[in-house]
Amino acid sequence: MPDELLVPIASDVDVVTARQQGRSVAANAGFSSGDQTVIAAAISELARNILMYARRGEIALNLITNGDRQGVVIVARDQGPGIPDVARALQDGYSTSGGLGLGLPGARRLMDEFDVSSVVGKGTTVTMKKWRQLAS
Amino acid sequence: MEVPILTQGQYLIASIQSALTDADLSQLREALIERVGRFRARGVIVDVTALDVMDSFAVRTLRDIAHMARLRGAETVIVGIQPEVAFAMVQLGLTLKGVATALDLEEGLTFLDGVARERVERGQGPFDRGPGHRDRA
Repeated sequence: MPDELLVPIASDVDVVTARQQGRSVAANAGFSSGDQTVIAAAISELARNILMYARRGEIALNLITNGDRQGVVIVARDQGPGIPDVARALQDGYSTSGGLGLGLPGARRLMDEFDVSSVVGKGTTVTMKKWRQLAS
Repeated sequence: MEVPILTQGQYLIASIQSALTDADLSQLREALIERVGRFRARGVIVDVTALDVMDSFAVRTLRDIAHMARLRGAETVIVGIQPEVAFAMVQLGLTLKGVATALDLEEGLTFLDGVARERVERGQGPFDRGPGHRDRA
């Protein structure tokens, strides 16, 4: 299990850093260039959410292996205001920030697994995974 | 990282060379809209071939550029969206609706030439062909 890669998110430059790191982790693990872009796009949306709602937070990148599958695990954490209604935040077109409302539902569509846990007043953690089949 | 903007005849060509931050994208928007006036440009091409990802902010900014340029009398075309980037955009629900796109720079120029010809035909010219104009008649 390789070391976790941690990218602090506090400015728009960090959004670019996080998605580039995510792309390179996926590339090194052998993900296709299409998957790399998908992973980078999902990270970009989550990092942007952190900036918009919590102002700062972090994105952790990990590689895991599960049987004959390898996965990139992305965890976006913040200690921001939290999401009062997670189910609603996952609906298309719902946004409280005047944005496009694509952040969470869009990122969810890009990834294989997607989980949001949020406590109002404490913060939000989004965990998402993308898998690839290992050659046997 | 500032995006270089070239002037070719009555067209502005912004060629994105690397990943852009939100601030870079906003700066590009301001620079293009200002130059449409300064160079009396009739067309704007934004070449995104080198963009690693188009997320919601990038798409919104490109759409804003196209709409603002149109209000200033210039037509915009986005060129060079890579296949993987297009795939991720569609999954994210980002469509660039109402904004012209073309495969590459060449197609983008052809598109703008077409728009210019239509304008002349509609009597909205005269359209001065700049020194760098590439005739495709």
